[in-house]
Amino acid sequence: MPLSPAITDINELKNHPAVARLLGWKSDAIQSVKFDREEMTIFVDRSNLREACALLREDSACPFNFLSDITSVDWYPAEPRFEVVYHLLSIPNKERVRLKVRLDSSSPAIESITPLWPGANFFEREVFDLFGIRFTGHPYLRRILMPEDWEGHPLRKDYPVEGYR
Amino acid sequence: MAHLTPTPVLEPAQDRTMILNMGPQHPSTHGVLRVILEIDGETVVRLMPDIGYLHTGIEKTCEAKFYQQVVPLTDRIDYLCPMTNNLCYVLAVEKLLGLEIPPKAQWLRVLLNELTRINSHLVWLGTHALDIGAMTVFLYCFREREEILKIFEMVSGQRMMTSYFRVGGIALEPPLGFFDRVRDFAGYFPEKVDEYENLLTGNPIWGMRTKGVARMTVEDAIALGATGPTLRASGVDIDLRRDMPYSSYEKFQFKVPVSQEGDVFARYICRVQELRESIGIVRQALDGMPEGPIKANAPGVVLPDREKMKTQMESLIYHFKIITEGFAVPAGEVYQAVESPRGEMGYYIVSDGTAKPYRVHMRSACFANLQTLAKMCEGRLIADVVAAIGSIDIVLGEIDR
Repeated sequence: MPLSPAITDINELKNHPAVARLLGWKSDAIQSVKFDREEMTIFVDRSNLREACALLREDSACPFNFLSDITSVDWYPAEPRFEVVYHLLSIPNKERVRLKVRLDSSSPAIESITPLWPGANFFEREVFDLFGIRFTGHPYLRRILMPEDWEGHPLRKDYPVEGYR
Repeated sequence: MAHLTPTPVLEPAQDRTMILNMGPQHPSTHGVLRVILEIDGETVVRLMPDIGYLHTGIEKTCEAKFYQQVVPLTDRIDYLCPMTNNLCYVLAVEKLLGLEIPPKAQWLRVLLNELTRINSHLVWLGTHALDIGAMTVFLYCFREREEILKIFEMVSGQRMMTSYFRVGGIALEPPLGFFDRVRDFAGYFPEKVDEYENLLTGNPIWGMRTKGVARMTVEDAIALGATGPTLRASGVDIDLRRDMPYSSYEKFQFKVPVSQEGDVFARYICRVQELRESIGIVRQALDGMPEGPIKANAPGVVLPDREKMKTQMESLIYHFKIITEGFAVPAGEVYQAVESPRGEMGYYIVSDGTAKPYRVHMRSACFANLQTLAKMCEGRLIADVVAAIGSIDIVLGEIDR
């Protein structure tokens, strides 16, 4: 299967269940979309994220009821520097969608989605630990993989692979 | 993680409760899991897993390697199912590249993945039964596992860290006699499963220790992100092999075992039935194995054959270029998930168009499954914690990465 170019025109993609649901809620809920390699990516603003997740989870036609993963990508030195990536799965419809939120380096913080999925707890702690992104409203935001007294956030791009010696 | 500050992270909430530390060197925590328990007599009031003792920073290391150099790192994540991790990673890179894989390579991948699933489930069954006190099963399981490890050694030269799959296909043709040996194994293995079941399924002691223990409801399982047998034992019928097929799984017939009870026994039954289904898939793969090449026709990505390198200048140049410069992958991102023995194993890879991945993230099934432990154990006895840890089948290497 040779690669076909990514589709970024929102009008072509508005039939996708997740896009349709978010557009039905607020016309400016979606910043941009990308359909690339059979995968749907939706960029949303950080203030809309939790509500967007709640809407997608409760959608009657295609409920994205399962949170697969939360992670982050650091685009240092570009701004906005961080992308927080949420992978949702619809167990009844076997459909995936990826939500992305861009955060700048001055205040990398976003609302926690642990009230929606308690399973987000460990994933958000991991992103906090390795990228230094804060999740407001998280019940126990502490380091999870690195030692408590570790300095720095290892998966940031300005952190050397060999570590500091 | 609290290596340097070993005081418990939990504080007793009431006068009558106390804090009990379990692990990280406890034999039944399957590695280096530390669990902090708040107990009232023998009853667990609160439970908190503490992880990170095996954190090796594999995700960071991947960013400094060429795409093909990451394959051996993926083995080390989950040392009980190396082939599954290999497969998930190469599938993700192939999706980024848009590569078409020849059918024989896909079928071989399926065959080896199902053997890996059996291997992993045998270790789980043996150690889980050992934790609860059934020693014999452990010895029986490791007897059959040994044969699978020998098959792996035959095909890849390594018993555990196989690194057998490559981006664009598999490393080598399987050696002479390989298929006969697998067929042999597939012939006698179902009897061995009967043997394990004779020891456990109807055993009243096993039943008392597992039935009704560490229950989890469907809602909790979904909300906490459980996948794999842990989710299916609570009554959710999803298996990525059947529902979102990859690597030709749509061409195989198999059942997906689901239970409704959601207790330790249900998870046990699900996995034991999976053993039988897996051996069925192995047999189908043996019977229908297509002929043809085992590597994709992509000279800039797949290493050329040794023979061609000695006779063709072009192949020699490609070999030199792939080894020294790697291969560039078009910019983009993919999330590829496969059904590992423990649940949804996912690789999220971001490429910036160079020969090294910009970001590799592993979605580990155990990492999410471990969160269900607190829900399972609270309000139950300490002895049930051991049964519950065994029943979610954790591998700490995968959790900590």
